[in-house]
Amino acid sequence: MEKILEVDNLNVSFNTYAGEVKAVRGVSFELSRGETLAFVGESGCGKTVTAKSILRLLKPPFAVIKPESKIICNGKDVLKMSEKELCEFRGDEVGMIFQDPMTSLNPTMTVGKQIMESLMIHKKLDKKAAREEAINMLKMVNIPSPEKRIDNYPHEMSGGMRQRVMIAIALACNPNVLIADEPTTALDVTIQAQIMDLMMDLKTKMNTAIILVTHDLGVVANFADRIQVMYAGEVVERGTTKEIINESKHPYTWALLRSVPRLGNESKEELYALGGTPPDLLLPLNHCPFADRCEYCMPICKECKPQETVLSDTHKVSCWLMHEKAPKVESFYDRRDK
Amino acid sequence: MGEYIVEAKNLCKYFKAGKNQTLKAVDGVNIQLKKGETLGLVGESGCGKTTCGRTLVKLYDATSGTVLFEGKDVSRLRGKELLGFRKDAQIIFQDPYASLDPRMTIGEIITEGMNVHFHMSEKEKEEKVNDLLHKVGLNAEYANRFAHELSGGQRQRVGIARALAIEPKFIVCDEPISALDVSIQAQIVNLLIKLQREMGLTYLFISHDLSMVKHISDRVGVMYLGSMVELASNHALYDHPIHPYTQALISAIPEADLDEEEGKTRVHLEGEVPSPINPPPGCRFKGRCKYAKEICGQEMPELKEVEPGHFVACHMCGKEDW
Repeated sequence: MEKILEVDNLNVSFNTYAGEVKAVRGVSFELSRGETLAFVGESGCGKTVTAKSILRLLKPPFAVIKPESKIICNGKDVLKMSEKELCEFRGDEVGMIFQDPMTSLNPTMTVGKQIMESLMIHKKLDKKAAREEAINMLKMVNIPSPEKRIDNYPHEMSGGMRQRVMIAIALACNPNVLIADEPTTALDVTIQAQIMDLMMDLKTKMNTAIILVTHDLGVVANFADRIQVMYAGEVVERGTTKEIINESKHPYTWALLRSVPRLGNESKEELYALGGTPPDLLLPLNHCPFADRCEYCMPICKECKPQETVLSDTHKVSCWLMHEKAPKVESFYDRRDK
Repeated sequence: MGEYIVEAKNLCKYFKAGKNQTLKAVDGVNIQLKKGETLGLVGESGCGKTTCGRTLVKLYDATSGTVLFEGKDVSRLRGKELLGFRKDAQIIFQDPYASLDPRMTIGEIITEGMNVHFHMSEKEKEEKVNDLLHKVGLNAEYANRFAHELSGGQRQRVGIARALAIEPKFIVCDEPISALDVSIQAQIVNLLIKLQREMGLTYLFISHDLSMVKHISDRVGVMYLGSMVELASNHALYDHPIHPYTQALISAIPEADLDEEEGKTRVHLEGEVPSPINPPPGCRFKGRCKYAKEICGQEMPELKEVEPGHFVACHMCGKEDW
């Protein structure tokens, strides 16, 4: 498949009064056309920062993308773009759906204007054509009576509708890549199902590649093709959805899978809760970032960083347990099936 | 005193929404809670879950209908009796970032209720605060910190400690976990279950996370636009949902399990929740229901017991052509 986006050795730091916070440390991935890649992890693990870096939405000088990083989108080097090129790139090549539909729309503009804005800039449509196109977009995201709704302000709409308007804005110019940052976290289950179905539908129709940022493993299991699990700014495990959900090897992935209650479980039995907190990213981290919270932690884990072990073409794990000399441990699946 | 600790009969709570318009947030809800049980309350946002919970602990006065707490009508309580009720019924709020006073230390926040309800010396209070913090899994030194120094999960624990401080019998947990990360959610839910076992608490657990509600509740009620559409034991509700809305809700839960997902057929719900301001007559769900018939537009269905302990409000339930 044709590669549309390549991120190599991405390093992002924030300069704070306390020092340099290394939020993303050496993240690499590739994305092909029509594929859905999910970023999973707890808050503060660098999912959103990675996603925003692709569009260069982080503000210098507070946020710095390190020079060794490389982001190539559709053959163009994003990090070398000028401000003018970036304006053309954002929205046209890559669209983004932001996390919070309540606050990320402009409250002083009608939703129609907000959709038309990017159409007029990127597609050079005149006002009338842009309006027609905007109505089409609203129709496509299943907003009832779009001819009327186009003149509504965001506050006149419900959360689900606003999120759909966000999707309409992001998709207006037919981007090659759509970044969806927690697109359904603020929504109810039924609306969540509608929005996810809609995105998958659009993916098949327009062959858009999607980066799905979320901490909901349920959503991921249903909609992603590939998953990368992130922890403390690093990718600790990556693979196809089946490999991560059914055959994962990293203790952190197990912890995530274990802490979700399963509908088949007996109620009120104790849920697994991962103790401790993620490491402080202000401090240098020369060992496995998960070592302090890992129940399988070995002496080596606190000394050296594990290399990425290749299990298949797609499935890669960074964990010392994969080493040939490491002891065999009882995995999440062995325990669950007992 | 009956067998129920909290009983709401035909509870209604209306809000004025502009001229000649009423928002019927809760409309004719009946709830009974036995001592020591957990009743889960689920539904989409805006369906009246939170209003219902707040009315039960008398943060709102009911527009009509009664709330009985240990057999006494809550709206008639005055003076000492009311104070006693305030002590027995507590609430844990949804947003741990907004529900703690930023200018008070954690110790002050927790002792505030004790000052009202108990006569305790400073030393006793301090001991009690330490004890409570320990119970919810926080270090005693947090008593001197401010809310902004804590993480979301820690703040939610302070919210729980504050509710427990005056030894309540009944706690409304209003989306206590929705603002938290998955791993922290599990910690808080485990804590709530543990405290319930130790202290014999009764919970009303409000959430829109259906799998968590199944995990913690004994019985679950499903609300839609101000009224209860289905109420059943947790297994009956999740294994054999009867109301079309419940069926759609349950089938929409995404599960992190590929084998489970394979055999699942998702019931699609079109459209959104209609506005609760001056809702049309008849079943509230009719606009989105694929089984809707003429009668659904005329009469509001009542909550009927279709199996022992399983209540459903639907005209079409049990009919042949279903």
